Amino acid sequence: MALPQVVPVETPEIEEVPAGDRPWVTIVWDDPVNLMSYVTWVFQKLFGYSKEKAERLMMDVHTKGKAVVSTGARERMEMDANQLHGYGLWATVDRS
Amino acid sequence: MFRRSGGQCVATFAHDEVRVLRKVAAEVVGLLTDGMDHTDPVVSRLFPDIYPERPEDSQEFRLYTEGDLKTSKIDQAGAILAALPDEGEGEVRLDGEAAEAWLRAINDARLAMGTRLEIQADTDLGEELDNAVLEDPGSSRVFQLSVYAYLGYLQESLLNALPEIR
Repeated sequence: MALPQVVPVETPEIEEVPAGDRPWVTIVWDDPVNLMSYVTWVFQKLFGYSKEKAERLMMDVHTKGKAVVSTGARERMEMDANQLHGYGLWATVDRS
Repeated sequence: MFRRSGGQCVATFAHDEVRVLRKVAAEVVGLLTDGMDHTDPVVSRLFPDIYPERPEDSQEFRLYTEGDLKTSKIDQAGAILAALPDEGEGEVRLDGEAAEAWLRAINDARLAMGTRLEIQADTDLGEELDNAVLEDPGSSRVFQLSVYAYLGYLQESLLNALPEIR
C-alpha cells in the first residue's frame, strides 16, 4: 500500500502567522457506500490530481478514516467541500 | 452495463432495468423536492455539515449554498431520466458531460439507499442479500438490496467506460 499522504508542511514559522491567516484544510471522511474507484475519479476530476496522488488519497480515506485533500484559504476550502458534496463525498472544513 | 464505444459511454438496458433506473432517479428527485427534512439521515448524508463542531457556521454556510447544491443534484438525477427511454428496453449513449451527471446521480441514489439499508463498512452485500431472501424472498429489503448492488455494478462499469484522465 502507498505511503501516507504527507500533510501540508508546518514549519516553525507557523508561530508567527496570525491565527486568521493560517491555512485551512478540506477533509474527506470514509463512508461505507462510495466506491473506491469513484472517489479516486472525483479527486482527479475536481482537483486535477494525478491518478497516483488521487489513489493515495483515496487509500488514506479508506484505511485511516479521513484525509486532507486540499489546503488553502478558508473560502476556497469551503468551495472545495461544497463541490465534494455535489459529488456525494463526505467533506468538512477545518483549520490546518 | 456500460462500455466505451466511439468516444461515448454506451449501455443497453432491458425493460426491467429501465423501470428500476427511472424509479430510483425519480425517488432522488422526490427526496430533494418534497421540503427536505434535515433530521432524515439520508438528507444529512447528501448535505453534510461543513463544520461538524460548529453548528452555527454550518448553518450559515448552508444558507448560501444548499439551494444550488440541491438544484445540481436534481439536475443530475434528471440527466438519468432524460437519457433513458420512456419505457421498454433501449440503448443509452452518454457523452462526457452526461456520463459525469450519471455518475453523480447514481452515487446520490446509492448514498440514499445505502443509508436506508444501514450499509456498514463491513457489510457483506451477498450475505446480506442471502439472509434477506431466506427471511422473505418477496420483501422490499430483497428488492432494495438487489437494486443497491446493481447500481454499484452500473457505476463501476460507467467509470471503466470513461476515457482515462491522463
